[in-house]
Amino acid sequence: MRELTFREALNEALDEELTRDPDVFLMGEEVGAYNGAYKVSRGLLDKHGPKRVIDSPISELGFVGLGVGAAMMGLRPVIEVMTWNFALLALDQIANTAAKMRYMSGGALACPITIRGPNGAAHSLAAQHSQWFEAQYAYYPGLKVIVPGTPADAKGLLKSAIRDPDPCIFMESETMYAWKGMVPDGEYTIPIGKADIKRVGKDCTIVAWGRALKIALDGAEMLASQGIDCEVVDLRTIRPLDEETLIQSVRKTGACVVLEEGWPYFNAGAQISDIVQRACFDILDSPVIRVTGADVPMPYAMPLEKLARANADSVVAGVKVALNVRS
Amino acid sequence: MAQRKYPLADKLDREALLKMYRQLVLIRRFEERCAQQYSLQKIAGFCHLYIGQEAVAVGVEAAMRPDDYLVTAYRDHGQILARGTPAGPVMAELFGKATGVAKGKGGSMHLYDIPRHMYGGWGIVGAQIPLALGMAYASKYREEDRVTVCLFGEAAVNQGAFHEALNMAALWKVPAVFICENNRYGMGTPIKVSSAVTEVYKRAAAYDIPGEYCDGMDTLDTYEVVHKAVERARAGEGPTLIEARTYRFRGHSMSDPAVYRTREEVEEERKNDPIPKLRSYLIAKKHAKEKELDTIHEEVEVEVEESIRFADESPWPDPSELYTDVYVDPIWPEKVHA
Repeated sequence: MRELTFREALNEALDEELTRDPDVFLMGEEVGAYNGAYKVSRGLLDKHGPKRVIDSPISELGFVGLGVGAAMMGLRPVIEVMTWNFALLALDQIANTAAKMRYMSGGALACPITIRGPNGAAHSLAAQHSQWFEAQYAYYPGLKVIVPGTPADAKGLLKSAIRDPDPCIFMESETMYAWKGMVPDGEYTIPIGKADIKRVGKDCTIVAWGRALKIALDGAEMLASQGIDCEVVDLRTIRPLDEETLIQSVRKTGACVVLEEGWPYFNAGAQISDIVQRACFDILDSPVIRVTGADVPMPYAMPLEKLARANADSVVAGVKVALNVRS
Repeated sequence: MAQRKYPLADKLDREALLKMYRQLVLIRRFEERCAQQYSLQKIAGFCHLYIGQEAVAVGVEAAMRPDDYLVTAYRDHGQILARGTPAGPVMAELFGKATGVAKGKGGSMHLYDIPRHMYGGWGIVGAQIPLALGMAYASKYREEDRVTVCLFGEAAVNQGAFHEALNMAALWKVPAVFICENNRYGMGTPIKVSSAVTEVYKRAAAYDIPGEYCDGMDTLDTYEVVHKAVERARAGEGPTLIEARTYRFRGHSMSDPAVYRTREEVEEERKNDPIPKLRSYLIAKKHAKEKELDTIHEEVEVEVEESIRFADESPWPDPSELYTDVYVDPIWPEKVHA
């Protein structure tokens, strides 16, 4: 095991897969000569050359479509979107083409593409650059949506996504790139669709994924000092969703808080709450509690932005409501 | 009227020319019978007929190698028949039957035959253009000498997808030919109402690639122009934009009575029908006698009739097919809905 940043872990995954499979190529804005807008692809152009690491024009619809078409022909494109905010321009190619080609062709076609980039808010980037999109992509049958929360998971899951025969949406986070974590040595992958219990506990299950995992773990630590022992389930993949691990945890603890950083309405947490309440209705003593960001476009001003975002304090408050504990 | 010259087509042998004639007649008759089957409610949903535009699909097919790739929009019956897919599985797809080319899951707008390198069949205007870019990019990446031919209507050139894809196709010199089937109406909107530049081939100048036009009502003229572009792409010289000037004799889809066009305009265009045009050529060049060509019509009549019988007698998809083909890994959808 070594300590790596999220960025380094992703870079290793890309490097290893580019080395392993000549059908893998990386394309996106600034991925080559600039070494990546967030330096995830640092050194890859030098090592693998311009055939494998390609700088694209700012044409999200066009180069995502290029990736979808190349994947349809059996290549394994990794398309970097500078942020998922910009991928809205490419949504037609993702939702209408990539997600549907296998079904519409009666199984004749497949689309082994990976589209990856940072999701969610960083700091003070205002409304157009501060949005969470995982639920939007998880809505479409045909896509897989992966949102890792640690460097080790990011590396193993990105390698799985690149090898996966179906279109994978892989979501990172600007603020996580510099975060560090222990990463196994050598070759490994992590299966898509498997949740991971990041903290074992008995009183309440906190469900999180992606960057929110750290918020959940921080909240759990604060609660531990108050004698409340939380279990943190890191979903890692939003679609397919590991319902089994989720339900088992809630059946053990008897309470559930779903944390997500995005907006409350119609977000992934709504689906997760639905699953938990139907599967665990008999043992829940309180409704599933959702902790989310505020239902507003992200404000620029720092104090307002802070108010708009979920944090460890809101997790603590949410768990106390779920457990009917007075603060 | 001066006789049109066909320097390349004149070199085609009799067999190739008669094949083209048969394809024209097959597409025409197939589409006429589709209209009838639609009225009988055997075919549902949107159904965009190719009647009038047959010369484009047939001329393009003749200009391609069988292992070149073809991709088009939702007006795709003609292209898949020109690629050589038997009429039966195509009609069965339109009927939504299990024996259809997409097992009844695609329908009229989503026809595929991957072994014959027909890659659909796409329902969003212009969306197949970036897809074609990726297909051609894959050929270049793999150092194959295959060319991707992408068809789209004239309304698609106002989509951002067209611009983005052509820019990158030119930038990276991918082996692609982009062919605009300009039938002059985007649904009910005439091109002069929708486009600042109505001569579509001129848009090639924006990407510094060759822009050509052909008579899309003339199979051999289409063949000539497309053939040059296909071989240019194969030689590694990059993409070409071709405007095939054509006309659909029917409405945009089966639900469109096409009241936005005058009867006189349609009658005038019908004089350019590609079938009699190729017939005259074959007779004039003594490739065939009238009677031989009549025989082709009779054979096609039987072939299309047989395709309807095949579609009619084929079973509906089994209910178990609902959750298949969502993912390559079949465990996932089945698990969720078990």
